[in-house]
Amino acid sequence: MSRDNILHRVRTGIGRSAGQAPADPPPVRIRIPEVDLEARIGSMIARVEALAGKALRDADPRAYVAAAIEGKTAVASNAPYLEECGITSLPGVRSGITDSVELREACASADIGITSADYALADTGTLVMLSTPHEARLVSLLPPAHIAVVPRGRILTSLDELFSILPDPGAVASSMVLITGPSRTADIEQILVRGVHGPGQITVLIV
Amino acid sequence: MSVEFTQKIHDTLADPALQLAIYTATGRLVEKRKESIAPDALPDYQELRSQANAIKKHSIENLDYYLEEFQRNLEARGGKVVYCKDSTEVSDFVLSLARERGARLIVKSKSMTTEEVDLNERLEHHGLESVETDLGEYILQLAHERPYHIVAPALHKTRYDVARIFTERLHVPDENVPEKQTAIARAVLREKFLSAEIGISGANFLVADSGAVVLVENEGNARLTTSAPKVHISIAGIEKVIPRAQDLATFLKLLARSATGQLLSVYTSFLSGPKRAGEIDGPEEFWVVLLDNGRTKLLPDRSKRQSLYCIRCGACLNTCPVYRKIGGHSFPWVYSGPIGAIITPQFMGVMHEPALPFASSLCGACGEVCPVKIDIPKVLLELRSDVKKAETREKLNRLEKLAFRAFAWLMTHPRVYELAGRMAAAMAPSDDGRWIRSVPLAMNLPPVRAWLSCRDLPPPPAKSFREMWRRR
Repeated sequence: MSRDNILHRVRTGIGRSAGQAPADPPPVRIRIPEVDLEARIGSMIARVEALAGKALRDADPRAYVAAAIEGKTAVASNAPYLEECGITSLPGVRSGITDSVELREACASADIGITSADYALADTGTLVMLSTPHEARLVSLLPPAHIAVVPRGRILTSLDELFSILPDPGAVASSMVLITGPSRTADIEQILVRGVHGPGQITVLIV
Repeated sequence: MSVEFTQKIHDTLADPALQLAIYTATGRLVEKRKESIAPDALPDYQELRSQANAIKKHSIENLDYYLEEFQRNLEARGGKVVYCKDSTEVSDFVLSLARERGARLIVKSKSMTTEEVDLNERLEHHGLESVETDLGEYILQLAHERPYHIVAPALHKTRYDVARIFTERLHVPDENVPEKQTAIARAVLREKFLSAEIGISGANFLVADSGAVVLVENEGNARLTTSAPKVHISIAGIEKVIPRAQDLATFLKLLARSATGQLLSVYTSFLSGPKRAGEIDGPEEFWVVLLDNGRTKLLPDRSKRQSLYCIRCGACLNTCPVYRKIGGHSFPWVYSGPIGAIITPQFMGVMHEPALPFASSLCGACGEVCPVKIDIPKVLLELRSDVKKAETREKLNRLEKLAFRAFAWLMTHPRVYELAGRMAAAMAPSDDGRWIRSVPLAMNLPPVRAWLSCRDLPPPPAKSFREMWRRR
């Protein structure tokens, strides 16, 4: 089979034999600066805004979402946190979907997708979303607008801190997505256009 | 230098609109990169480069180990791994899987590796619809062209070109505003995403310790490709494997900055296996194709194998004075710019386009911007030397062929042969029948000398067999 052939060619090329232990890899490079929560929140907001997203702190998430979905349709993930915030019980918000076909249709037709986020990265303005039975992938992807509710304590400094907390993200979820700003492209004459395939608007509510 | 190469270069140089497009786009990318890695923005940039280089070097030097570790860990999470040696094996695999699953429609996210193996053409040849979903790639698929640039594939197309392509191929009203053109593509492709049975992606990284595929993108098409269809196939070169998820803290900081000047791409997906119990969406099947397609040929050379460290950021293209003049389509294969100039000869053979390693001013800019510190100018020099060696070999081969043609002619013309025999007998040094060690000055050419230096040539007899036969 090709597997054995290719592995054989690899070993011949680099001068190793089957089953040989690898050399020691270079030590992992993880640097986590000390940044207090206030500064992390400030940086998170500044970064999201620099990417043309919205970020609000100390907003009442229920009131904010209620105002945002006025006259629109919204689908919310099944994250317990959204329920705690009282978002899933708002009129006009569909939530609690567990069927994949139903979820896909709901997300494809909704104006807004509402999710929680597992973490946020302050120095890049990034949302970290792990896919779980509570947090489906399409909610933050198909609707043209995405609202994410993040508890302030979940704001980390950077990628380095994220990978020190989750040295193997695959151990906790089949998919981890880092979202840094709204979907965008510059494929036509380098002109920036937002909302290509994913949401063109992103709002981060820091609670 | 092949006629085609020369012609394409001349065509590009003679097109002022194209010159402007290349110059502006690459110039903008150069500026954005510079800002994002400036000392106040990323003080440890050089350290990150050294770390990235060290990890890539280590990964390649222990490649078999990490490939096996990757496979073990991915399989433990329900994914499957297939090794393919070339384009035929990749397309055969995808075709047979599509047939088994009854799939007709495939959505694809941007992947240089699949460009390498002409996957779309092969699948379409067998009646499957395979749709590119990155906006730039989609435009090019409609126009039947290959990418102009590793990260900005449709860099050479103006909004007016796009309008023409869309009206001709999608039968939509003429639309010149990029925002509206993007909306058209979004609507067409959204339908494809929601009805496709298979999604095919590339891979920016394969993570050995977690069995994960990492994809970076800005549009969301890779996320849709890997989330909506029931089957996800990631097609990756074997050199993409890195040891640990934590190494991403190094690579992700470098990749987007070097490519577009972003701190991170909009979406970074870390995917390890199909959806798990209780998950509402995500693929039910998760396949990773590990592709050789010539990569193992690069391994034996300790210096040139660094070409496999490339993370496809495109920074060397943007900064290259040659790429900025001759553009992406002048290059003879899918990879263009300095990285294309070192990868193509090694994958396709140096004589595929012998002028390629020479199409560089050796200014060193490419090596300076490379986030994984590939010494591109050094590899270019080594390839130049390879080209010269191959050319010399070819010249010698030509001479040898000529000599054998003359010999064949001699052997099929008995009268001339006899005459030549008599002349040889007359001219041969009469040295008591000892081996001939030298020939008369007129014939004392270097190849003849070399031939004689290691072979025994008996002196020609005074009378040939034919002569004796006649006088019998």
